[in-house]
Amino acid sequence: MIRSLPNSKFYTITFNTFIVLYFVFLFAPLLITCILAFNDSMIPTLPWKGFTLDWFFGTGKKTGFFHDPLNLRAFGVSFRLAIAVSLMSTAMGTCAAFLFEQENFPLKNLMYLLMIAPIVIPGVILGISILSFTTSVADFFKNNFGIRLDFIRPSFWLVAFGQFSFISTYVAMVVSARLKKFDRTLEDAAYNLGANRFQVIWYITLKYLRPSIIGGLALSFLLSFENFNTTLFLVGAEFPLPIALFNRVRDGSTPVINAISFLLIFATSVCAMVNLILSRKKKED
Amino acid sequence: MMTKSKRLSWGFFVFFIPVFLWLMLLIVLPHIELLRMSFARPAYLKQPGFTLSNYIEFFKEPIYWNTFFRTAMYSITVTMIVLIIGLPVAFYITKVASFKTRGFLTILILIPFWVSELIRVYGWTIILRESGIINHFMTKYGIWKQPIEMLYNDAAMIMGLVYTSILFMVVPIIGVMDSLDNSLIEAAYDLGAKKNVIWRQIIIPHCMPGIISGCIIVFMMVLGSYLTPNLMGGKNSMWFTEQIYNQFILYRNWNMGSAFGFLLLFMSSIIIWVALKLSGQSLKEVVK
Repeated sequence: MIRSLPNSKFYTITFNTFIVLYFVFLFAPLLITCILAFNDSMIPTLPWKGFTLDWFFGTGKKTGFFHDPLNLRAFGVSFRLAIAVSLMSTAMGTCAAFLFEQENFPLKNLMYLLMIAPIVIPGVILGISILSFTTSVADFFKNNFGIRLDFIRPSFWLVAFGQFSFISTYVAMVVSARLKKFDRTLEDAAYNLGANRFQVIWYITLKYLRPSIIGGLALSFLLSFENFNTTLFLVGAEFPLPIALFNRVRDGSTPVINAISFLLIFATSVCAMVNLILSRKKKED
Repeated sequence: MMTKSKRLSWGFFVFFIPVFLWLMLLIVLPHIELLRMSFARPAYLKQPGFTLSNYIEFFKEPIYWNTFFRTAMYSITVTMIVLIIGLPVAFYITKVASFKTRGFLTILILIPFWVSELIRVYGWTIILRESGIINHFMTKYGIWKQPIEMLYNDAAMIMGLVYTSILFMVVPIIGVMDSLDNSLIEAAYDLGAKKNVIWRQIIIPHCMPGIISGCIIVFMMVLGSYLTPNLMGGKNSMWFTEQIYNQFILYRNWNMGSAFGFLLLFMSSIIIWVALKLSGQSLKEVVK
């Protein structure tokens, strides 16, 4: 059954086959997407018509990703969005971690529940509720004071706020997990040596939290880059990559989508591998 | 002592104010506004005041509540399938695989989920569709006379949903299974327990917290998913999130859309609440 116990041959073979099938199931769509990015064909399917890089660099009939202004622009929007969202939500998530781990105040439990709620609220609901609220606020300001608040109408910044609203929660969870293990006598020692609260946080606690803050940045960047459900309701004229690709997938696709997928899969796999190697090294130290 | 409490109050507001603003402006007030809108008539009617018409419309129109219950039932089905596949996978990684391959397998199961859901679903569409990879091989070797459309039906959609959500079952179960002492399993084995007894009486009870977290998170993800049902499901297998999208974006009836949104939120809260009560856990433990 487990490593240390004997098993019948039949059991071991069945179980191993199951696991192999599971990993095939897991990787088949990704591998096939990647392979077909290099197929010299107008549609992303077999038969294999020869190797080509046209879907990356091509111009003319087969417009590759790097010469496709629409996709490049969407990529740029997603990238700027992910930078903005990851910075905002990492700052907020860290604040929340400090608030819930180190402070005590009335209704703390209720507020904590509110903070973790975005994990169980479907992204679509978050999207429509933020859309209705900001639209009402913007209408109110326009009708009563004649002030135009266009940044809370569907636009780049509204998408950023929408993603920020739930990504901050994930960062808070990541940072809290590390802050829990922090030895608070270190803070007391610093206070005794005359540091103020700000100095203690800046020089001691934040230094200690650095790995989790970097982790939070990476996580929020990824979550923002690939978010679809919340974004769908808040987009304005600037389409982030998942929305732009979705429209293309629905309308019939060319292998340029495979090329983009290949780049993204490759980038995330490299990040995962680097992460693995770094964490192994840390264990050895 | 005095100085310490003073320091804390200073720090307290620096942390409290931004977090309070975030939760108020982006979580609490938007949901209150959504609730208010679901009880109001469309603005162009110029009839202010309270109405139940959006909710009544939902119950009057079979297509709405059919979609609603189908979505709920399918979400529960997918969660069960994911649990049945996820348990042995987690077991293999924690208890069967050698220590060396373990870290590698853990990274391996994570990689696909770092890739956007859209790309994963797109991968399945190019495998399954009429001009897809499976049909290419099946017709090439003469197993099928002509290509079969395997996409755009409920089975494909369920498979896609299982695929996109299974990690969120496997990871929490790995977490709890890790803490299960192998000697318990060995002892049961030495005392003559059969495999299914070991599973029923030792492994599953021990893993219950992870199973419940996994089930809740998977259920919520599936219930709220939009991409997979939209790209893999058929014309007749609409998901409730698509109804919400249609109300909001296509028909511009935000009041009806808000009512739908609230119904979805209400149903998911009830189901999660029941699951938590049955298992005696709290939401705090689950989201960890």
